[in-house]
Amino acid sequence: MQLEKFYYDNRIVKNFAYATILWGAVGMLAGLWVSLQLVFPQLNITQYGSFGRLRPLHTNAVIFAFVGNGIFMGVYYSLQRLCKARMFSDKLSNIHFWGWQLIIVAAAITLPLGLTQGAEYAELIWPIDLAITIIWVVFGWNMFGTIIKRREKHLYVAIWFYIATFVTVAVLHIVRSGELPYTWLKSYTWYSGVQDALVQWWYGHNAVAFFLTTPYLGLMYYFLPKAANRPVYSYKLSIIHFWSLIFLYIWAGPHHLLYTALPNWAQSLGVVFSVMLIFPSWGGMINGLLTLRGAWDRVRDDVILKFMVVAVTAYGMATFEGPMLSLKSVSAISHYTDWIVAHVHVGALGWNGMLTFGVLYWLIPRIFKTDLYSKKLANNHFWLGTLGILFWAVPMYWAGFTQSSMWKQFTEAGQLKYTFLETVTYMKPFYAMRSVGGILYLTGVLIMVYNIYKTVKQGKLVANEEAEAAPLVKEYVKHSGEHWHRVIERKPVQFMILSLIVILIGGIIELVPTFLIKSNVPTISSVKPYTPLELQGRDIYVREGCYVCHSQMIRPFRSETERYGEYSKAGEFVYDHPFQWGSKRTGPDLAREGTGNLKKSDGWHFRHLREPSSMSEGSVMPSYAFMIDQVLDTSTTVAKIKAMQTLGVPYAKGFEYQANSDLSAQANSVRINLKIEGIQVPANREVIALIAYLQRLGTDISKNKTATSNK
Amino acid sequence: MSALFLLIGISILVAGSFLVAFLWSVRNGQFDDDYTPSIRILFDDPEKSDTTSSSKKK
Repeated sequence: MQLEKFYYDNRIVKNFAYATILWGAVGMLAGLWVSLQLVFPQLNITQYGSFGRLRPLHTNAVIFAFVGNGIFMGVYYSLQRLCKARMFSDKLSNIHFWGWQLIIVAAAITLPLGLTQGAEYAELIWPIDLAITIIWVVFGWNMFGTIIKRREKHLYVAIWFYIATFVTVAVLHIVRSGELPYTWLKSYTWYSGVQDALVQWWYGHNAVAFFLTTPYLGLMYYFLPKAANRPVYSYKLSIIHFWSLIFLYIWAGPHHLLYTALPNWAQSLGVVFSVMLIFPSWGGMINGLLTLRGAWDRVRDDVILKFMVVAVTAYGMATFEGPMLSLKSVSAISHYTDWIVAHVHVGALGWNGMLTFGVLYWLIPRIFKTDLYSKKLANNHFWLGTLGILFWAVPMYWAGFTQSSMWKQFTEAGQLKYTFLETVTYMKPFYAMRSVGGILYLTGVLIMVYNIYKTVKQGKLVANEEAEAAPLVKEYVKHSGEHWHRVIERKPVQFMILSLIVILIGGIIELVPTFLIKSNVPTISSVKPYTPLELQGRDIYVREGCYVCHSQMIRPFRSETERYGEYSKAGEFVYDHPFQWGSKRTGPDLAREGTGNLKKSDGWHFRHLREPSSMSEGSVMPSYAFMIDQVLDTSTTVAKIKAMQTLGVPYAKGFEYQANSDLSAQANSVRINLKIEGIQVPANREVIALIAYLQRLGTDISKNKTATSNK
Repeated sequence: MSALFLLIGISILVAGSFLVAFLWSVRNGQFDDDYTPSIRILFDDPEKSDTTSSSKKK
């Protein structure tokens, strides 16, 4: 058969590689900075630089900007070669690249401004969500286009991982982005409370699975054999790995909600699937490591293989730890602590980071037709990176376990042994050590930037790399003037993808408002919607990212009910759009902040928000003094109440128009309370709304309690 | 807890589409050969006189 000549597009690979390096450095710098903020709270400079706003910036930058571009770099390089075809469309490639960078820039601007949806890893506001959907479809279109015009009939296993990534991330993103806009920037989630929590962690866990894991496994199956120049240990195992992994992963999400108000059977379902996940995960790890069987001597000399071996080992450790952490008894200890932070960083720094570096060192010299500038520098990078991970993770495992033990420790008299503040100040040296690990890791990355810069300088980009292959035998002949549907029928893959997306969007729009919202009927009669002032205060709580450090979900353990009060019930959260359970207790739980022995005066909250360390010495919380000067924006009240009504929150008809006068009246009473305590502040300030919200927390159910048990 | 059923429904839909993909790939003969694909990818850089792949130079 006649060989066809064609060209691989290396320019787009180069673009994504540069973006990966740039955003990697930015995201890790943001991470280092927020880690230092936990040691030196005075580094919270202005409201735009406070921990609660910057930490989402760090996570989004690392996940979607660094790893995201890393995925696209690897996919665009390997897919062309595996399919023996240039990418389907240069135009789509460019739209994809620039669209994704624009989304990242938009995220980097909006997050410090406090524009957030308040859901972890899904913080970005609805217009950006929309842009992500469009760009993701562009990516899929380009990928499937390439697969369809391939010259190699067989789809290598890496391509399967890429396809699963595309399909599942599209579905996850669409479901998680169910939101009702009330201004052109802001929205409320459709789901509320427990439902929102479930959607969140179904999304959150699968984002880890299908954004941080499956695409990188695809990269591992391509780049590791290429770098080692030997075939993968067992191709058969890789196929089994793929299919078992994707069938199991999607059910594991509820393990993030163990001991919460989620129904128990759903928790157990999540645990069972999480435990089963160890088999495909370790199958993949073993397959990766055994690829190097008989070539371990080369790992000693080849720095690229070193990076990849550490990456695959980290993958193995994280996927061993994951199923363990999802056991209820282990979760009881680890949840809300820095243990989880250590766990995810073994995955992010080890698996994603080290594999990305390995791929970069392998790929850049190839597309620039040169050799790596300095193997020695790459080696330095490798050791700094590996030591960085250890210095990062070990203190945090220690910290997490200690933290949990301190939270749970009772004295002989049966009282909690430590105040929460004591556990916070105890953590500081560990946080400092963690920052040292971060500095080491980031230094390694900066060395890589220099090394790659020099490599690029000495080489020349082969923008269009020539290749040739025989075309696939056409299985059909096109007739002119045939019916349009016949054309679509011959494109089963695009057809399937398009219809899946259409069905999903349609199904969700149809289903959610009707049966989800109807089911939001209050199950606890004393739980009432927030007052307008509390609602505004709650939105400030969301804006500042308080959920990053404060949970609102008390688990049914004695150590928690003693400290925080009655454990949380599902029925308490029915009006929470979005839910704010959080996943980490850098600060104490706030679910019952307005009740029992946690109840503080308005003045205490005011002083604490102005300067946290004045009320809690050694606190690492940022100062929120700017809220004392900033005037509360009440122009949104009507739109917010209306949106809540649409979502099924039972405000009386026409209430939206008296909401602002209701708000002023309540604000005035807070102002008077503060005045009695000797604090002069106008009633129209943001701090007033936030205090009103904090004082409301948990009060509904305690009203119920006093009525029945007269405690 | 109707969100549960929404999520289970969607998860089944996703899993179902994977199943269809799996059945297609088996029938298409994607897994008939479980050895040569792993070798083949190692030879996918054709060596040309005008665009010498750097893998050769190494």
